Amino acid sequence: MKYVDEFRDPFAARGVLAAIARTVDAIGAIKEKPIHIMEICGGHTHAIFRYGLDKLTPPGLEFIHGPGCPVCVLPMPRVDEAVEIAERNGVIFTTFGDAMRVPGTKKSLLQAKADGADIRMVYSPLDALDLARRNPNRDIVFFGLGFETTTPSTALSIQQAAAERLTNFSVFCNHITVPPPIKALLDDPFMILDGFVGPGHVSMVIGTHPYDFIARDYGKPIVVAGFEPLVLLQSVLMVLTQISEGRAEVENQYARIVPEHGNPISIAACNDVYEPRDSFEWRGLGEIDKSGLKIREKYAAFDAERKFGIGYAIASRALAEPDGCRCGDVMTGRIKPRACPKFGRDCTPEAPLGALMVSSEGACAAYYQYGGAQLEDVA
Amino acid sequence: MCLGIPGRIVAIADETRKLALIEISGVTREVNVACVAPQDEPLAKLVGSWALIHVGFAMSLIDEEEAAKTLALLIELGEAQAEIEAMRASAGEVVAP
Repeated sequence: MKYVDEFRDPFAARGVLAAIARTVDAIGAIKEKPIHIMEICGGHTHAIFRYGLDKLTPPGLEFIHGPGCPVCVLPMPRVDEAVEIAERNGVIFTTFGDAMRVPGTKKSLLQAKADGADIRMVYSPLDALDLARRNPNRDIVFFGLGFETTTPSTALSIQQAAAERLTNFSVFCNHITVPPPIKALLDDPFMILDGFVGPGHVSMVIGTHPYDFIARDYGKPIVVAGFEPLVLLQSVLMVLTQISEGRAEVENQYARIVPEHGNPISIAACNDVYEPRDSFEWRGLGEIDKSGLKIREKYAAFDAERKFGIGYAIASRALAEPDGCRCGDVMTGRIKPRACPKFGRDCTPEAPLGALMVSSEGACAAYYQYGGAQLEDVA
Repeated sequence: MCLGIPGRIVAIADETRKLALIEISGVTREVNVACVAPQDEPLAKLVGSWALIHVGFAMSLIDEEEAAKTLALLIELGEAQAEIEAMRASAGEVVAP
């Protein structure tokens, strides 16, 4: 376990934590008037809670948990549309396991499966392709979910289906991109964000330039970070140092994985298959311009929305969230999870009401699992 | 979905479809290696390399130390087991007639 010891090195961590405390002091941030740093990626949110980084850092530094958990930002009407497709005759609906328990307005995919719909959990869109080859008389639909880490895999699968002339494979495309919601949050007058920890694996695909606008147009620093706790702390320190020195730049702390220009093969596949939607609905954030991807006309035969006449393919879509659910306010950092009246009572990881409680990357599930609620009361 | 899991490319399964066999913590399954394919060279060059795998696609080549660190982290976060189970289940389903 040499490697585990390495990134749990208490001496190194102590050094970085001391430097963070000094820098927060130098900036003059205190508990009543903290510096707000948003970690965009749900994987970072999970790591922050798992290692208690929010407790180890000074009260003058507050983490705002960003919208970077694809399952958590999936609005209920999209789940309803997924269920509607899954319940069509002849359909085998395939999905990542994460999405099974996300509530729709009527039911989740898990409930739809119990009601008889042929819904199968897959690890990869490759598994959905394989089902399509082996079941020529069934319509195989893949629930395309995720940010730029998974968009290329769906794009390459659609290209493969086209190359094989498969006519029974289509994608219900819910792929979303990281930069537009960041812009939306920066444009929100109620949000106070002083800097960002940028996503590691998303950036591995898209590179660091898509974040240039954050520094250039909004004057905020962003540091692309890996997931180890020490690395995360170092990245937070880099953001704070920029703030204290009055700089706003895009820095890459994860350069061994994240090339400046991303992965060219992934980018080319995505550009070939998708184009931005005019707007896409995010749970808690509403419709955001150019934030979702749709399948281009040339691959229309593989687009489940067109094939089944559902979702953005029809004019009027219903919008709904459950009563009293405050996922949106948590997502935008307006309230902490425990301030939601449903938290821990009507909404738990076993029986989630809101999407933030479903995935281990969701802020509410992380709070619940690691006791953030109680600890914060004491603090 | 967010965090890739490290795996070792052990064989090339299908040059045209750009599929390779990778081993992740004792589970072997097919993954697509298009995104890490070497330019103008056979895929066989990848055999023995470590890669970060996202939903069945190799997205980045990494060294062995990075692979070990990432796997240890995923285990600590409790993410590795679910990922490997999902992979095992799907691998089983694909192999079954």
